Amino acid sequence: MMPESTLSSGTEADLDNDIPAKKGHPHKEIVARSPLQLVWTRLRQDPTAMVSAAVIVLVIISALAAPLIASWVGHGPDEQFRKEGLTPSGLPTGPSQEFPLGADNLGRDLFVRLIYGGQLSLIVAFVATVGALGIGTLVGMTAGFMRGKVDTVLTWLMDTTLSLPQLLFAISLVSLVGPSFGTTVIVIILFSWAPIARVVRGQTLSIREREFVEAARSLGASNWRIMRVDVLPNLIVPILVYGTLLIPQAIVFEATLSFLGLGVLPPTATWGNMLAAASTGSMYTVAWWMLVFPSAALLSVTLAFNLLGDSVRDALDPRQTLFARKRRIRKNGLAS
Amino acid sequence: MIRFLSRRIVSGILTLFAISGIMFFLFYVAPNDPAATIAGPQATNDQIDQVRERLGLNLPVLERYWIFLTGLFQGDLGYSFFNKEPVLDSLVRRLPETASLALGGIIVALVLGVTIGIGAARKPGTWQDKLGTTFVLTGLSVPTFVAGLLLLYVFFYLLTVMGFTFFPAAGYVPFSKNPLEWARHLILPWFTVGFVAAAIYARLVRSQLVSVMGEDYIRTARSKGLRENRVVYRHGMRNVLTPVVTQISLDFAVLMGGLVVTERIFGINGIGRLAIDSVNRGDQPVIIGAMLLASLFVVIASILVDIAYAMLDSRVRVK
Repeated sequence: MMPESTLSSGTEADLDNDIPAKKGHPHKEIVARSPLQLVWTRLRQDPTAMVSAAVIVLVIISALAAPLIASWVGHGPDEQFRKEGLTPSGLPTGPSQEFPLGADNLGRDLFVRLIYGGQLSLIVAFVATVGALGIGTLVGMTAGFMRGKVDTVLTWLMDTTLSLPQLLFAISLVSLVGPSFGTTVIVIILFSWAPIARVVRGQTLSIREREFVEAARSLGASNWRIMRVDVLPNLIVPILVYGTLLIPQAIVFEATLSFLGLGVLPPTATWGNMLAAASTGSMYTVAWWMLVFPSAALLSVTLAFNLLGDSVRDALDPRQTLFARKRRIRKNGLAS
Repeated sequence: MIRFLSRRIVSGILTLFAISGIMFFLFYVAPNDPAATIAGPQATNDQIDQVRERLGLNLPVLERYWIFLTGLFQGDLGYSFFNKEPVLDSLVRRLPETASLALGGIIVALVLGVTIGIGAARKPGTWQDKLGTTFVLTGLSVPTFVAGLLLLYVFFYLLTVMGFTFFPAAGYVPFSKNPLEWARHLILPWFTVGFVAAAIYARLVRSQLVSVMGEDYIRTARSKGLRENRVVYRHGMRNVLTPVVTQISLDFAVLMGGLVVTERIFGINGIGRLAIDSVNRGDQPVIIGAMLLASLFVVIASILVDIAYAMLDSRVRVK
């Protein structure tokens, strides 16, 4: 959600940039900017987007560098330091030079575990998002393009998936195959594809009536070819926007499952099971760092992705957010 | 209206039927053997076979499904593998705790969400609006369990340390025993459940109300000299209610998930807690029962919402 003022000042800034350039170099050719460049220009002028992107880049770098950081600190993610990390009475020690963010209930380095947890969160979220986008696009496109009976069945499938009590269904699925990394990813995909399919289906319904699809058909193109060559490129924008908004949802889903002990299992560090450790036996009352740091990490990453997703949506289609909604409501009434 | 209603009920029953079938056959193809789980790790093959026979797991799958279905229609969900208690009984026994939590959560979500949404929409671009947006983004980003843990930390632990004990850490007191204690124990859980959903409503109400307030009929109402409050609440909100009501039905399934997590954090012994415990000990009939009950609530909620929708917007009834 970008305030309207930022957008309009953005366009003014564009003009300002252009004019002196033309004055200084009268013979400089005027090059049309590609849509991608335009989006990039808009995003760069949005401070929220830049800060969120910086947070995300930081987390990605720390996730990639996790083994390096671990060896630099000198503590492995699952290594227990019962002497240094625990007080004589067995309680974890707080932030110190040895343990920058404190130690957990087993005397493990919270800082190193936090970074490894971030790595796992990102991997799960990325794989699940790509999977959900793939399935959602395929199903939505097929339903919208084929219409008729195929559409009826697929739409019913989407609606049923959306109306299931997700988390309960997820935990019963986990009970069937046992918790693991793979189960977690599959469960997240299973409950994330339907909203995308719904959006893609709506878009496809209108795209398939366009002239270029008719032209392709008159040239003898097969359904599959039309979907791939003519329809899919027009779906990139909504897919991209949904993708960025899906990543934080997947992160939250994974963390919730791990928190309940039904996601990725200990000793592998995840933000979810680190928080579970903080909550079991009210550990957080003696070791606030076990609660505060993983919560902060989780919150800042999901917030960054959500903010970036909103900004990307505005940058990809600034008109949509400013004018189109109002016009659409005027035309069709609120029910649309 | 009756036709509309009966069609919705039939489709609701079909959905439940489909879910029960999916659940049953999923558990049938699952790789783990419930009989082996119940008999324990040291059981001999003979003992496992005995357990299997006792639970009727040796029958052909279609016959088992038939027994399951006929039982379902008589309100019999089978017996827990774990403590042999009828599944329906243990579900019903825990229902009041979950229902108290859910109802309060929805009310918190609606009140908080609608208030913040209206506040932000009345003065778009001001600090109130920015505050509302911050609330929405935080609410949409924070996982329910993190919200619960942080609430518990601040309002239970930090307050207690400062010498002010009001919020209990955990537990549940039945409403019939002591309504005040009931509410005191549930305040933190209610806000945990309601927080995330409140963000969704606040965003929805804000965006809808901002666009509605730009309509011509609002200008007309103002030029008639109506007070601004009346314009917002009577004329503006009327058109915002329909999308909000639709959103409630979509959120209900999500809310269920929030209940599971919240019950675990605040030590409330409800259906969500039962479901997790049953998953951990492989108690299939209870898992299926809890799933079906949750699905039943989702279906009922969506039917109720459709009725409310039809009452609010006469165009739906005509179709």
